[in-house]
Amino acid sequence: MESLSGRKKVLEQKPMNFWERMYLPAIFKGMAITFSHMFKKKETIHYPEQQREFSENWRGMHSLKRDEHGRERCTACGLCALSCPAEAITMISAEREKGEEHLYREEKYAAVYEINMLRCIFCGLCEEACPKEAIYLDGPIVPSDYLRKDFIYGKDKLVEKPLKEMEAEKAISR
Amino acid sequence: MELEFFIEKTALVLVLFVLTLTIAAYSTWAERKVAAWLQDRVGPNRAGPFGLLQPLADGGKMFFKEEIIPNGANKYLFIAGPSLALLVSFLGTAVIPFGQSIEIFGRVVPLQVTDINVGILYIFGIVSLGVYGIMIGGWASNNKYSLMGAIRGASQNISYEIAMGLSIIALLMVTNTLSFKEIAAQQHGWHWNVLYQPLGFLIFLICAFAETNRVPFDLPECETELIGGYQTEYSAFKMGAYMFAEYINMFVSSVVMAVLYFGGYNYPGMDAVNQALGPTWGPLIGVGVMFFKIIAFIFFFMWVRWTVPRFRYDQLMDLGWKVLIPLAIANIVITAIVIVGFDLFNKL
Repeated sequence: MESLSGRKKVLEQKPMNFWERMYLPAIFKGMAITFSHMFKKKETIHYPEQQREFSENWRGMHSLKRDEHGRERCTACGLCALSCPAEAITMISAEREKGEEHLYREEKYAAVYEINMLRCIFCGLCEEACPKEAIYLDGPIVPSDYLRKDFIYGKDKLVEKPLKEMEAEKAISR
Repeated sequence: MELEFFIEKTALVLVLFVLTLTIAAYSTWAERKVAAWLQDRVGPNRAGPFGLLQPLADGGKMFFKEEIIPNGANKYLFIAGPSLALLVSFLGTAVIPFGQSIEIFGRVVPLQVTDINVGILYIFGIVSLGVYGIMIGGWASNNKYSLMGAIRGASQNISYEIAMGLSIIALLMVTNTLSFKEIAAQQHGWHWNVLYQPLGFLIFLICAFAETNRVPFDLPECETELIGGYQTEYSAFKMGAYMFAEYINMFVSSVVMAVLYFGGYNYPGMDAVNQALGPTWGPLIGVGVMFFKIIAFIFFFMWVRWTVPRFRYDQLMDLGWKVLIPLAIANIVITAIVIVGFDLFNKL
């Protein structure tokens, strides 16, 4: 049949000639190729020691942000938990007491904030839903662990470090 | 029997046994390393430096896995299969000379467990016994895949033993002896048999791949079609025994090829080295050379495995019956003509 695109290639199946039937020349050719690969650069990234460079919009582990005075931004509105398609987020809210103004920005805060990393699909919808810019998926790869219960991350793992510690770290890295 | 003789042979057997085990264990490590290198990866590198403790970890894993014997299996044969495979694979190295005789404490010790004058026939007998491990295991599993693997293993081994035997006959016409010791001694210096029998060596090499069930002839195992073939129902240490037997078979066939075709412990300039180092250390260099050759062959086995895809079953049979056997017969005829020609030429 006429080819409409003009790119049709007709492949002929020729019977193998003597050398092809011997297989050996082809095998030696293949072996030369594999041997040359022994001396090529290895593609492996030695994971815990080395890490792949991530793109700008990589979504890793969540972090709960602090504002410029070092106060937690989260007000426990629950929009992130509502938006979460995997239902990985849960929280318990509490009212800010007097004298805690340097800890929490708004009058209400999350006393308990848990993300189940086994449920999380890292879609980033919590990040988009948050009206207070309190949660971002800007962390590293979530590490592996042995028990299911250890994958439920609380505030101890999620909340950013206090401002003083972060500044100290920055000073060291400089 | 003198005591010294007994001690000498026992020590030799023990050393050989441990050596075979170690080489087989580290072959599994080397296989993974070679596979990785050929595919631009680094291979196992977490257990110990360069992953050298990997075989120990794997062995430990094999021991502690759950042993499963299927309900429909014949229990005694099911256990006999892997045991036989492992046992038979160990027997091969008994007739191999690993070096010239060494002088230790004024006593001349031959580095060969036993020198029987039909060494080659012995090896052939052992190799053909090896298939019983596969057959019994595959049959006793009471599983269709296992049975298919066992049948394939049996037919493949029988087909390739013929070509292997025919290629050896041409070699025997050159060497005029069946004893490994004499064959090794004849190849003094650089008079390696591969120079006189290149085609015979090629046929023997291809058949060795088929006899050890290595890729490209791993049809009895055949992970993609037969989900492990005769090993399908095996778990834990029985599975380990089969795997171990395969690697020991690879070692044994490397040894046989090194002795029969690549001069064994012989290397060019060995006389000068022996004179300079004396009767104790000189032969040890030869042993080192022998092991270098063996390891080179093992590397070759792995190199081929990670390059060539598996043959189809009809291709396997075509190659065995229609290519290798006629080639081997032609090799015998050519060898015979050349030998007779040389004799006539010498008489003139």
